Amino acid sequence: MTNLVLQTVGISKSFGAIKASRDITLDLRPGEIHALIGPNGAGKSTLIAQIAGGLAPDKGKVLLDGEDVTGLSTAARARRGLGRTFQISALAMEDTVLQNAALGALGARGGPFGMFRPALSDPTLRDVAESALERVGLADHAATRTAELSHGQRRQLEVAVALTLSPKAFVMDEPMAGLGGEGSKAMTGFLDGLRSEAPILLVEHDMDAVFALADRISVLVYGEVIATGSVDEVRANAKVREAYLGEEV
Amino acid sequence: MNREGMLNAAVLLGLISVPLWAWAADEPFIITLTTKAAVLALAGVGLNIALGLGGLVSLGHAAFFGIGGYAMGILASHAQTFDPIMEAPFLIEGTKSMPVIWLVAVIASGLAALAIGALSLRTSGVYFIMITLAFGQMLYFFAISWPAYGGEDGLSIYVRNGFPGLNTLDPIQFYGIVFAILLAVLFLTARLARSPFGLALNAARQSAVRVETVGLSPYRLRLMAFVISGMITGLAGALFADLNRFVSPTMFSWQTSGEIMIFVILGGVARLFGPVVGAVLFILLEHLLGGLSDFWHIYLGLLLLLIVLFARGGVIGLLAGRGVAHD
Ligand SMILES: Nc1ncnc2c1ncn2[C@@H]1O[C@H](COP(=O)(O)OP(=O)(O)O)[C@@H](O)[C@H]1O
Ligand SMILES: [Mg+2]
Repeated sequence: MTNLVLQTVGISKSFGAIKASRDITLDLRPGEIHALIGPNGAGKSTLIAQIAGGLAPDKGKVLLDGEDVTGLSTAARARRGLGRTFQISALAMEDTVLQNAALGALGARGGPFGMFRPALSDPTLRDVAESALERVGLADHAATRTAELSHGQRRQLEVAVALTLSPKAFVMDEPMAGLGGEGSKAMTGFLDGLRSEAPILLVEHDMDAVFALADRISVLVYGEVIATGSVDEVRANAKVREAYLGEEV
Repeated sequence: MNREGMLNAAVLLGLISVPLWAWAADEPFIITLTTKAAVLALAGVGLNIALGLGGLVSLGHAAFFGIGGYAMGILASHAQTFDPIMEAPFLIEGTKSMPVIWLVAVIASGLAALAIGALSLRTSGVYFIMITLAFGQMLYFFAISWPAYGGEDGLSIYVRNGFPGLNTLDPIQFYGIVFAILLAVLFLTARLARSPFGLALNAARQSAVRVETVGLSPYRLRLMAFVISGMITGLAGALFADLNRFVSPTMFSWQTSGEIMIFVILGGVARLFGPVVGAVLFILLEHLLGGLSDFWHIYLGLLLLLIVLFARGGVIGLLAGRGVAHD
């Protein structure tokens, strides 16, 4: 099944007595947004870390474009086309917003580093960085120190850096957190268009966004996927209602 | 120009005018003192690439300083005895030519930094400090127990090495060489910091995960920085040996590593001119306080403590405020 962009096969991971991932098998298809939802502590971030490479699973495999990448480093997976954003921003805080985006462009370009000419006067880096910032609505903040951004803006910058990589698949951990009503709406609209460039595995708490965006939803509870299906199927699923969504659906 | 830029310009002006004044006033000792400050500044500029840009707290930079020193000592001692370093399988003779000595010093310390860095950079934090310290000490004891080049007593070189077209025995001319090298390396370092490599290295210091997530290897970036850093400090070592016309295992000692680090911290970590300001202050303090009391290191220690506690950007941070991100 090479048309699956991303796939986890029977991933399990324990932290001592906590089973954070239990035999998780899911996939990401071309053009789709696959939302991963579940209560706090369900193991969403842990799964993302195993997909992106920060954390090795105890069991199971991660396939990117049909190739086993389980043994590869985070950097190698990024070079193979994985664009990840973090729930807790991992950015160069002392650098400007533009520098962070330019770093992404540099990573995407690969190859030998220049050591003499300024990075930001290299048009191949600067153009990619600026257009990514433009797309997420951070163009006006290009010269701002990243530490001075609001939490929501940092989330936007995370997305912008992922864009500079032109990845085959996006893996986003709560990109709406801290954005507020207007910001969430704008980001929802943006991700909606982004899926045609590369599919998105989206961890998100904002249910309005999830229901508006998701082609499929997987529900994770206590490290286990208890349901996968379309928005309507998941909403109608009795186990899901009981375990997680409760009365709000 | 911002305040840091003006401060840097003032420092440069001082490094030009003081020796010129001393030359006019026939005060060769002052010229020698300034030369020493400039050489030590260069060693600090090297360390600052690892420490300031890369966040690598190396307490073993004496290794590179010493290798540079011994590169000079070995080459020059063979030249002065007309005794080749080796004859088989091919002939290698000593030399009194500064450019050749510099090249050998830079290559040798770069290779050493590659080996030491490749191992040390697998650790971080306190372990990295301890491992780099251990490598420095290893070379220190090796130098002590190597009788061919003076062992514990060190090695004297009777005539300063030569540079085409200059009389290197004239203090002001030798200073000119050292100052030109310092200036060139400062210029290259400033470019490096803003280059794509500098951007990535800087980011790796702030967030290694971020750098990995865009597909780059923090380890490789740091190793490259460590090698460049070691090469510059090695070059400073060769110049230091030439200044004193003497090399000894002291160049390899942990105290030397500590002093190089003091230059950087005193002046301002990650500031382009931090090590320059730090080395100049160090030499001034050594000279002024050293005349007052044999325990001047204690006063220096107190000053350092104050700087670390109250002025994290060192003296430059104190005078010029927080650093600004480029562009
Ligand atoms: N590095 C870790 N060490 C120990 N326990 C961890 C670690 N990371 C996550 N956990 C635990 O694993 C479970 C899943 O956490 P996480 O993946 O962050 O959940 P989510 O992102 O769904 O809120 C939680 O119980 C959490 O405490
Ligand atoms: Mg989480």
